[in-house]
Amino acid sequence: MDSATLFVNGQEREVIAPPQQPLLWVLRDDLQLTGTKYGCGEGQCGACTVLLEGKAVRSCMTPLSAAAGKKVTTIEGLASNGLLHPVQQAFLHEEALQCGYCTSGMILSAVALLSTNPSPTDEAIMKAMNGNICRCGTYPRIVAAVRDAAQMAQKAK
Amino acid sequence: MDSDLDVQLTNELWQHEVGVGLHYIDLERRDFLKLFGGGILICLCSTGTLAQESGRIRSSHELPKDIAAWLRIAEDGRVTVFTGKVEVGQNIRTSLTQLVSEELHTGMESITLVMGDTEQVPWDAGTFGSRTTPTMGPQLRAMAVAARDLMVNMAANAWQVDASTLVASEGRVRDPKSGNSISYGELTHGQKLVKVIAGDPPFTPASEWKVAGQPVPKVDGPDFVTGKHLYASDLHRPGMLCGKVLRPSGFSATLVSLDDSAAKKMAEVTVVRDGNFVGVVAPGTWSAQQAIQALKAEWKVSPQISNQELFSYLKAKADKQKTEATDVSGSLAEEMAKADVKISQSYAVAYIQHAPLEPRAAVAEWQGEKLAVWTGTQRPFAVRDELAAAFRTSPDNVRVLMPDTGSAYGGKHTGDAAIEAARLAKAAGKPVKVVWTREEEFTWAYFRPAGIVEITSGARRDGTITAWEYHNYNSGPAAIGVPYNIANKLIQFHPTDNPPLRQGSYRGLAATANHFARESHMDELAHAVNMDPLQFRLKNTTDDRLRAVFEAVAEKAEWGKQKSSANHGFGIAGGFEKGGHVATIAEIELHPDKSVRVVRVVEAFECGAVLNPNGLRNQIEGSIMMGIGGALFESIRFENGRILNARFSQYRVPRLSDMPKIEVVLVDRKDQPSAGAGETPIVGVAPAIANAIFAASGERLRAMPLLKS
Repeated sequence: MDSATLFVNGQEREVIAPPQQPLLWVLRDDLQLTGTKYGCGEGQCGACTVLLEGKAVRSCMTPLSAAAGKKVTTIEGLASNGLLHPVQQAFLHEEALQCGYCTSGMILSAVALLSTNPSPTDEAIMKAMNGNICRCGTYPRIVAAVRDAAQMAQKAK
Repeated sequence: MDSDLDVQLTNELWQHEVGVGLHYIDLERRDFLKLFGGGILICLCSTGTLAQESGRIRSSHELPKDIAAWLRIAEDGRVTVFTGKVEVGQNIRTSLTQLVSEELHTGMESITLVMGDTEQVPWDAGTFGSRTTPTMGPQLRAMAVAARDLMVNMAANAWQVDASTLVASEGRVRDPKSGNSISYGELTHGQKLVKVIAGDPPFTPASEWKVAGQPVPKVDGPDFVTGKHLYASDLHRPGMLCGKVLRPSGFSATLVSLDDSAAKKMAEVTVVRDGNFVGVVAPGTWSAQQAIQALKAEWKVSPQISNQELFSYLKAKADKQKTEATDVSGSLAEEMAKADVKISQSYAVAYIQHAPLEPRAAVAEWQGEKLAVWTGTQRPFAVRDELAAAFRTSPDNVRVLMPDTGSAYGGKHTGDAAIEAARLAKAAGKPVKVVWTREEEFTWAYFRPAGIVEITSGARRDGTITAWEYHNYNSGPAAIGVPYNIANKLIQFHPTDNPPLRQGSYRGLAATANHFARESHMDELAHAVNMDPLQFRLKNTTDDRLRAVFEAVAEKAEWGKQKSSANHGFGIAGGFEKGGHVATIAEIELHPDKSVRVVRVVEAFECGAVLNPNGLRNQIEGSIMMGIGGALFESIRFENGRILNARFSQYRVPRLSDMPKIEVVLVDRKDQPSAGAGETPIVGVAPAIANAIFAASGERLRAMPLLKS
């Protein structure tokens, strides 16, 4: 069996798994990082979104080989020194969740969006995150949360 | 016993039953004896209202009346509350905590709810029918009031003072005279509270609420934004393996042949076969998936109907023996003949899927005869009984635990994944986790029933509805009645014998179909008598609570200020179900490519005294979003026992781009008991949209989904 090295949430992790195994199952089954969720397996729902070198990717469609040697950020690695990331704070503040199953993917998609577009319009938020399904339908709150997070980050500067 | 409640609950439970089980596991024949050796469930006849709530159709379980079964106070003052209701995103962990805090006079942060663990909580029929708030709410409040009284009396005893002079607040009993104060924990020393409750203790009126009624944040919100919360699909047990089940090529298929040689050669893979049930276990999800794909199976599937023939089938197969007349009054034929305006129309709703984002998942672990299963289900005790039946053991040997789950919407009543995990775990001799794929969820879960509604109505030229004949085929009897004053009626539900897909509960049950049909028809009648659709409804109802939400939504949306025009329309709909009154106004735009954009939805909702306005708004907003999916585009296509669109790339659900501007008006009736709110806010969405489309285009769409894919 092949092995690969990943840099997950700032830590070097070696995994023994086939190169074609999706990153999603490496994270969940091999590294016990279950904050990244399975929702569809075809990149349609965004529940499995993680950051690969800072860019949002669907981990269910990303083979381990494509992530080998690279930096992966999952929901578990977003807070630093016990302080929630502004996007996490904003999702809490707006209560932009019901069952919470889509939340990890939503938050990471939002983090990726804000890293390239620090003050997105509502239209830009809707466009960038249209690939993330919230079946509970908390969309208005999700847009509000991303807007809040953008403002929070602007103020912090 | 309140007989109305009795009938309501029996209906509710009947509608929530999923007709066909997914699994008939053979096991070994000698195990069959254990079915009788394992003990017989003793059914007690219940009397009280609360006791009845937990009852099933034929058997009922008396609820414990001692405080300790529901609520414990530890020495450090921490309060643990036990309930069979479960959290699937509807936010009851928070709202029930608010109620306990309110009545126990202790801070929310000191209260933890244990939910849906069959070994720890009192028996419960399940979390459905918007029953948590109206039934579990008062149940826990009663226990909290009694516990608070007990604390006060214990302190009074200790201090030798009159209990009525003492005050309980913030988890302490205080004597304002002496200045003495003692915490609940110091009073109980963590011992069980043995007081038995009889009668109805006095509740704090909603007008005096301090914690309940407030928009308090979700109690465990931080766990969800950090990925810390463990859903059933996230759990890990020592030595655990991952399991997958081989799915037949169609419904009701039989296995003709199986070649498992390739799978058996795979490292650390075990193939399990038990009649038509075939599964694999492997160290991880990915390896289990590889193994299941390596199985070569031949199935025999008999021809079955497709969604093309669905509606004629549902009507042709109506089971006349089971037809129920909900309402027969007046002289229908006579009034119909006399009517100035008469309309006869038929409406349809498709089969749709709940598509909860967390698919069915279960982790099963055997310890000898004892089985523990962690699974996402709305009915932990029913799943326990399903497991006991499948493995021919006593329910006492089975424990079901329900981690707060990634949504359900009525779709997680059954224990299919639990049985699969337990069967594979039994074979593997190790704990096994089964998580369904999206395709499995779309295919092997059950569906919201499709149905047809036929309405014939008569009205006078002044807009008074005089006659109403209503037939619902297959979709269900929820909200089949009319909230309008019509003297002459015939309302019937006709269940279909052997419907083509496995069907069961869904958010609001058939209330969505019945509201779509009725409120579309009301719009047709209003246009036929040349009345404004809002005025027409108000003219025909004297239900003050319904009038209030219609008036509230009309005011907020400024109904009538802007007239519908070509390609831009306004539609209204409303109704009453499960204690909630709702009125919805939709504003839509028609595009040249025939697509429809819902630009704005305004909804007024009233469900008695509001427990948590923030949580309630969230439910209403979510219901509107979900309702847009069923209204415009969700539909299951099937043929010969196969689902043809079992993926999110083929089955469209609402996304951010479908989001209208949503405005919610809460009508807070502090003088009325709180009702549930997870379901009814969805029912007005589809008819309001259909009526808006008619207003914009003159085209009446009578089948959900309204848009053709």
